[in-house]
Amino acid sequence: MKTEDIKNNKDYKYGFTTDVENVRSPKGLSEETIRFISHIKKEPKWMLDWRLKAFNRLKVIKEPNWQKPKYPKINYQDLYYYSAPKSASEKPKSLNEIDPKILETYKKLGIPLDEQKRLNGIAVDAVFDSVSVATTFKGELTKKGIIFCSISEAIQKHPDLVKKYLGSVIPLSDHYFATLNSAVFTDGSFVYIPPNTKCPMELSTYFRINASETGQFERTLIIADKGSYVSYLEGCTAPMRDENQLHAANVELIALDDAEIKYSTVQNWYPGDEKGVGGIYNFVTKRGACRGKNSKISWTQVETGSAITWKYPSCILQGDNSVGEFYSIAITNNFQKADTGTKMIHLGKNTKSKIISKGISAGNADNMYRGLVEIKNKAINSRNYTQCDSLLMGNKCGAHTIPYIKNNNATSTIEHEATTTKINEEQLYYCNQRGLDQEEAVSLIVNGFCKEVLQQLPMEFAVEAQKLVAISLEGSVG
Amino acid sequence: MLNIKNLEATIDNKHILKGLNLDIKPGEVHAIMGPNGSGKSTLANVLSGKTGYEIKGDIKYNGERLSELSTEERAQKGIFLAFQYPLEIPGVSTNTFLRTSLNSVRKAKGEKELDTLTFLKLIKEKSLELGINEKFLSRQLNVGFSGGEKKKNEILQMKLLKPKLSILDETDSGLDIDALRIVADGVNSYKNKENAFLIITHYQRLLDYIKPDFVHVLNNGKIVKTGNADLGVQLEKTGYSNLI
Repeated sequence: MKTEDIKNNKDYKYGFTTDVENVRSPKGLSEETIRFISHIKKEPKWMLDWRLKAFNRLKVIKEPNWQKPKYPKINYQDLYYYSAPKSASEKPKSLNEIDPKILETYKKLGIPLDEQKRLNGIAVDAVFDSVSVATTFKGELTKKGIIFCSISEAIQKHPDLVKKYLGSVIPLSDHYFATLNSAVFTDGSFVYIPPNTKCPMELSTYFRINASETGQFERTLIIADKGSYVSYLEGCTAPMRDENQLHAANVELIALDDAEIKYSTVQNWYPGDEKGVGGIYNFVTKRGACRGKNSKISWTQVETGSAITWKYPSCILQGDNSVGEFYSIAITNNFQKADTGTKMIHLGKNTKSKIISKGISAGNADNMYRGLVEIKNKAINSRNYTQCDSLLMGNKCGAHTIPYIKNNNATSTIEHEATTTKINEEQLYYCNQRGLDQEEAVSLIVNGFCKEVLQQLPMEFAVEAQKLVAISLEGSVG
Repeated sequence: MLNIKNLEATIDNKHILKGLNLDIKPGEVHAIMGPNGSGKSTLANVLSGKTGYEIKGDIKYNGERLSELSTEERAQKGIFLAFQYPLEIPGVSTNTFLRTSLNSVRKAKGEKELDTLTFLKLIKEKSLELGINEKFLSRQLNVGFSGGEKKKNEILQMKLLKPKLSILDETDSGLDIDALRIVADGVNSYKNKENAFLIITHYQRLLDYIKPDFVHVLNNGKIVKTGNADLGVQLEKTGYSNLI
């Protein structure tokens, strides 16, 4: 770790870099790069073919540009698509084999990988640049038949499950970034919960971008078999760099009959400096299929980082009586931009969806909620409730709400509520008069504003998230 | 404790306080009465440090120049304002607010912050004294509270934070007779030789319950008459018109 990086790093405490020797793919996007990735991961031929199919598709489709936050053209030939610490090129079999520098990095991030030291019973898969470096509590989970490993390992050890479900929610031709991910994805997590099993602990993946000029393309696949339950959380950080780095992940969730998946994200990628230089482009495709009857998928996201956040975690409600939920906090400060929301596609009968979105904008930032609720004609007696609240701090930031609503049958109902408020001077004065300083007051008011979403997070992370909300807005009120 | 000399306050080009003088010593209860628009609430706001006022004159609080202290520093040093219109903060429970507030004040005094359990024990005790139901504490701060509940909550905060100077800005307005008695009892039970009260009110009826040492009549930004508790009783009969 470079000490000067840490010293300069007052605002974003995860902005340090770790000095490790890397193995990199050839620069640029090409068939050669894809073959390199597939080869280094010792993938079976079907996987390579799948990647190449996506790559061919990519050649004929264009990057979307309907989003509100615009960005300079990305030169895809100027990126490395695979970067891994040399020591991890063969996945370590035990913690003793992991480069101590990497262990130190995770320790500094508050994610100790040493199982003995973990008191709160959360199994972690740690992804460093392009590879998974460690997965904890594997043994304990295996006893219950739960599979929790890196996607690379799953491709080798559980090919039938991967073949059956990979790309079944996000087809490889879906859209530019999803297709790009399908061609070059490097690692990510794989979860399978067997029938009638309640996963006994929180599963968590921690993503860390370390190398420069590198994109991170992770792929996560979670399958909850009939009657099972799993709660999964991802966290992300990256060093402070002047360049913009691309993070284009695909996350697919599948819930079969009576199964429930709770997916929480605390996204704290480097947001760029206060002038808007650097930061991560967080262009992520997340989609869940409630494939079975009475199934449920619940997305909770706390998005505080990234220069641009562009994502719509969605639910396809196929099974009758299935439920989709989306709880979101998106905070943009300085020159950060967010265009985020959800899609709820109702296909089955008596399906329900609920959307609670809290957008907070400060500095020169721009925050957009964009969401689609579509109830198809066979989805009789379905319901949606949407609530979008925006909070503005200062006079230079923006908040926008664009709901797309399509109801194709007369027995279903859609409700949409939206509010926009400015942080209230009188409220701040009241808090100050009770001894709270400006930052404490803002933190209290904003956390109150976000409460409905924060309380959806697993206990262990709710406190962290509250602090993060406060830190993200530091210095934003005069 | 508090020495106000020649205080003038202007907001949005409106000259509201026009040379106000007032001395408050520990243990004293001062009542400020006066017609609408005479500057009563402005005085409360200026003392507690609300921003937006252009201020002339001098205010000393326990020897310190008040103008050099921020709003929160004044609160931490023991100036408390019971708001005429307490603010709602959605999503924040009354408990959380009170604990954050108490701990900010304790921290500033160099005292140990209270953990949740100790705090809950303390707040339970204090609310019992005011006849406040425990359930009330888990509700969002002032959201959907009745007028009486809001005012009781202000008095609860006062008793919790133990200020030196408590300013009550029309705490009696909108209270029924039972709530008024509870609020007054709350004040009386907190009154001692070390702390002082500045009670802003329109009506004598609060002063039937809280006996003031001094009654001041404020008109057009100045104190025009000062007397003892009898002045309040007299005003109730005659009104302000022959004083102003």
